[in-house]
Amino acid sequence: MDVFQMIATALADRYGLDASEITPETELISIGVDSLDAAELLMALEEKIGVEIEPTKKLATIKDVVATVEAAQNESDSF
Amino acid sequence: MNRRVVVTGMGAVTPVGIGVRNFWANLKAGVCGIGPITRFDASRVKSSLAGEVKNFDPLDWLEKAEVGKMDRSAQFAVAAASEAMQLSGVAGTVDPNRAAVYLGTGIGGFETNEANCFKLFDKGPRRVSPFFVPMMIANMPAGLLAIRYDFRGAALPAVTACASGTNAIGEAVRAIRHGYADVALTGGTEAPIVEVGVAGFNSMKALATAEDPNAASLPFDARRAGFVIAEGAGVLVLEEYERAKNRGAKIYGEIVGYGSTCDAYHMTAPRPDADGAARAVVEAIREAGWQAGESVYVNAHGTGTHLNDVAETRALKIAFGEDEARRLAISSTKSATGHMLGAAGAVEAIVCLKALAENVAPPTINLLEPDPECDLDYIPSTKREAKFDLALSNSFGFGGHNACLAFRRIGG
Repeated sequence: MDVFQMIATALADRYGLDASEITPETELISIGVDSLDAAELLMALEEKIGVEIEPTKKLATIKDVVATVEAAQNESDSF
Repeated sequence: MNRRVVVTGMGAVTPVGIGVRNFWANLKAGVCGIGPITRFDASRVKSSLAGEVKNFDPLDWLEKAEVGKMDRSAQFAVAAASEAMQLSGVAGTVDPNRAAVYLGTGIGGFETNEANCFKLFDKGPRRVSPFFVPMMIANMPAGLLAIRYDFRGAALPAVTACASGTNAIGEAVRAIRHGYADVALTGGTEAPIVEVGVAGFNSMKALATAEDPNAASLPFDARRAGFVIAEGAGVLVLEEYERAKNRGAKIYGEIVGYGSTCDAYHMTAPRPDADGAARAVVEAIREAGWQAGESVYVNAHGTGTHLNDVAETRALKIAFGEDEARRLAISSTKSATGHMLGAAGAVEAIVCLKALAENVAPPTINLLEPDPECDLDYIPSTKREAKFDLALSNSFGFGGHNACLAFRRIGG
């Protein structure tokens, strides 16, 4: 499953949303995801991919979350 | 300023039914809400029974996204508050700045606390939820109700262990009585049926360890051996009397007295002379204008611990005098519900209001072998029909907290 799909599925499960309505451009706040929710989402993703995720900038859109997760994966692969 | 305070809404989530109608019908019928623990695997703890709320689906009251961010205790509070608010019809009639929330809980988010400690031990600190702290802290049910109903006055928890629900209501009464608010959502909530909780109460020897649900919660019975832990919530809508009357609200009763004292004696044991409990009852009945000869129903704290039952009996004798105490109609509905800790007093306030409204007091079920040290009328086994002039609800908590509320029906 690619990273975007994984995030969309996790959000859909947690919030009862339709995964197909989530796009990379979707703003987190527009689907009710605040900073605590985002922290919890990253924790769930960390659990799933087994890599520590530390965001380096504010997460505003789904695209930002994807980039953060992919950066964490790449960093881990380079070891 | 000394304004009258009335009840215009009630909501209940209990081991004998969700919703005031179900709860009250089952309580009068003597239904026992105690059964085997299902909330966790109880094979390691000494007590195997609890008063669990059955068939509670938080999605009946909350959006899916909200459910995972609220401890079970907060979910119960929302459910009970929804019923109370709906019955009251108060929404939209009150200036938000004049609306308060006083909500008790003995412990807070016990399940959340335990679950995150397990995560910490099993997986390390990175797996402790960002919602751990907000879901666990004991003031959050009050905060969540304030958010939900846009009540912007005081929003305070009462955290006085098993007296929390009664203290919360009493403090809300004082806030309205003395002009600090016009409307209040108030009551208590608790969801303590977790392994660490049962283990802790077991270590205190506070819980019954019987395996028969009808021989476990035995207030005032010589066979008693501790209380049965339970969960639930009770919420009232309180209003200043004139505004409730003017908007044509249905009034379920008046809260006419409140007493609040501390034993200042021991962390968990009540004073053997029952002075603190007696003073709380005296304060409440003085405010209520009690007179000898009145017909009084007392919803006892009645936990089914030896220390409580004997001290409470003594307190009632001190407060009313021996002769009047013998005329009291007393029951412990914890015999049916188990002990909902911080929610108990709030649910039992609803019992008092219903007893006055319907001229019937629910029984102390399974009271078959009266304790000789508890020699008052505890309404054994079956409900009692009588026209009560006054109803009292006692609650006493670890820490030495004693609270008593007094109720009358409106218009005598």
